[in-house]
Amino acid sequence: MTTLLSAPEAARPSERTVLPREHGAPAGGQVRRAIGGVQRQDLLNLCGALLSALCTGLLLFGRLAPISGAVGFVIVTYVLFVAIYALLTWMEDERPAVVDKVMAVLLASATVLSLVALVSVIAFTLWRGREALGNVNLYHDDMSAAGPADPLSKGGISHAILGTLIMISLALVLTVPLGLACAVFLNETRSRAAGIVRSIVDAMTALPSILAGLFIFATWILVLGFERSGLAASIAVSIMMLPIIIRSADVVLRLVPGNLREASAALGAPQWRTVRHVVLPTARSGLATAVILGVARGLGETAPVLLTAGFTSTLNANPLEGPMVSLPLATFEFVRSPQPALVARGFATAAVLMLLVLVLFVVARILGGRPAGRVSGRQAQRLAVRSAKDVERFDAKQLGAT
Amino acid sequence: MATTMTTLPGPPSGPAPVPRAIAVQPELGDRIFTRGSLATGLLVLAIMAAVGLFLSFEAAQALRTTGASFLTTAEWQPDRGEFGVAAVLTGTIAIALVAVSIALPVSLGSALFIAEVAPERFRSTLVGLVDLMAAVPSVVYGLWGAYLFQGQILGVSRWLATWFSWIPLFEVSGADPTDPLSSETVFTASTFIAGVVVALMVMPIQCSIMREVFSQVPTGEREGAFALGATRWGMIRIVSLPFARGGIIGGTMLGLGRALGETIAVLLIISPRFDINFHILEAGSNSVSSLIALRYSEASGFGLSALMAAGLALFALTLVVNFTASAFVARSRSGASSEA
Repeated sequence: MTTLLSAPEAARPSERTVLPREHGAPAGGQVRRAIGGVQRQDLLNLCGALLSALCTGLLLFGRLAPISGAVGFVIVTYVLFVAIYALLTWMEDERPAVVDKVMAVLLASATVLSLVALVSVIAFTLWRGREALGNVNLYHDDMSAAGPADPLSKGGISHAILGTLIMISLALVLTVPLGLACAVFLNETRSRAAGIVRSIVDAMTALPSILAGLFIFATWILVLGFERSGLAASIAVSIMMLPIIIRSADVVLRLVPGNLREASAALGAPQWRTVRHVVLPTARSGLATAVILGVARGLGETAPVLLTAGFTSTLNANPLEGPMVSLPLATFEFVRSPQPALVARGFATAAVLMLLVLVLFVVARILGGRPAGRVSGRQAQRLAVRSAKDVERFDAKQLGAT
Repeated sequence: MATTMTTLPGPPSGPAPVPRAIAVQPELGDRIFTRGSLATGLLVLAIMAAVGLFLSFEAAQALRTTGASFLTTAEWQPDRGEFGVAAVLTGTIAIALVAVSIALPVSLGSALFIAEVAPERFRSTLVGLVDLMAAVPSVVYGLWGAYLFQGQILGVSRWLATWFSWIPLFEVSGADPTDPLSSETVFTASTFIAGVVVALMVMPIQCSIMREVFSQVPTGEREGAFALGATRWGMIRIVSLPFARGGIIGGTMLGLGRALGETIAVLLIISPRFDINFHILEAGSNSVSSLIALRYSEASGFGLSALMAAGLALFALTLVVNFTASAFVARSRSGASSEA
């Protein structure tokens, strides 16, 4: 019995192989202690500093100085807050402790700042798009019948929604097989070409997305003479997504434990079976995350689509001919117009796009976030059922043999 | 047990053993698998190389006519034969530098907070939120910058220009600090505002790489610092930051690479101008990718070749930045964790 098994499983006289799973603490690994925790005095200091900084800020901005502006007020109040907090802690602590506490506040405020920015970006888009988002026709109408000055109750962005879905599906069809196969090539074959391919793929992740669009514009549209279409845009987006997917899938496959591969080889499996039945299933959740995050990047890309898809205001379900519009491109074209109604539509389009990305992101978090080889409860159940079936099959075979 | 003795085996008698030649004959499925995956790898290689080679080939036409003056000309009039990347490339670099210098402290602070300070139970939520920031489409950031942020930040721009105009960077021509009623339009659409918006996009990338590196700091060294009486910040200063230096530099430069290539958010904010301008608060700026987005449709064949030359210059720049970043990360102690 190996020491990796936990006590109850080790105690059971079992003939089956048991996968070493995580049982609380990692075996033999080091665990970080939790340090810190907030004391009452710190909390009081924080609140006191915040209150007095607010009051001083209000006094300065409201009464004393002829300065105004929300941003200025926030900055001044924040500086005051840090100074007062430092002063309060300095009254009872040694210098290293004061530095420690003030730095903790500074680090926390960096995080708060970025979260405020995130919330403000999302909330502002939803807020400015709220009127257009409330109209049902936004989701099932296109802009062919609505003029620029028409009210929001007329016309919608169904053409952009459909366009985005078609483009991203085509891009998925192009990139997922190629990207995963290439990642398998980089990891599973000991080819000398793998090094070159890996560095070229690394280099291409640096390709500015507009150059992918320019490349397709110059070859597909100008040299080969095809018209601007959804397909051209999908190819441009694919060129941009491919290195991203390959790179993150490569990282995920590298995390598959080598002993699983060796166990499979020791059982006599040929390499392709090892890849098909051991490596890929082990890395499944990570691969799904890699693909979904690649899709989220591809969905939001405006620049390559701008160059290759053309622009239309009518619904076009054919990616092979005629211009097609995606959500980011529609947003960009809407807000470039001076008409307030169109700008409102632009914000609503951006909000729809953002919600789409948000949904994908949440799906990616649910699927992924688990290291290679660790399975969720339901997956474990399914695996157990399958392995019970295998045992039955083996037993039946043995009975037949004797 | 006196008599039993272990004897070492003497030298083997007879002919020395010769290792067998092992002939591996992969089965059909494996041969298909190996060939197939090699073919896919080469296909990807071919696609990627085709993009690079085609761009250089097309750009060569424009570069041949201008020669070295391509790097020094600020104008962009390809049909008159006067064009160069001096203005757009410096504009791109200025925006990216503003973005990185704003994003660096914020991302470093957030990464340290998430990895070292935040309670365990909030950690994964915070990581998710920062990753979400990276997933928000750039056009959304552009809208936010152009419609909300620009109006709010003008006061700060004006304040900086009023009090710090003796620093050449903050000088604004056309702004009169003594006139409180002067228009604020001289501060709109500036490099600074575009840089702040790009900083929002760059920050999560930098933050996730740095956080990854901070979480790899050896527990033993951490505990050693605490055992010597360090406070938490003391531990961060003497253990975490030195350990993660490679990751911090690498993450920052990867962010820089991303900032250089940003198109649509910059396009929504700046108003294009074609001179070399280091006054970051002044209205108007330019970048290579927004130049391409603005000019590709009306460009002639030669104009397109000129645009590709500009794109190639940008690509070369991002390549250098990215490879330098990987080199930094690979050579540092924390190098194992550089894949983001």
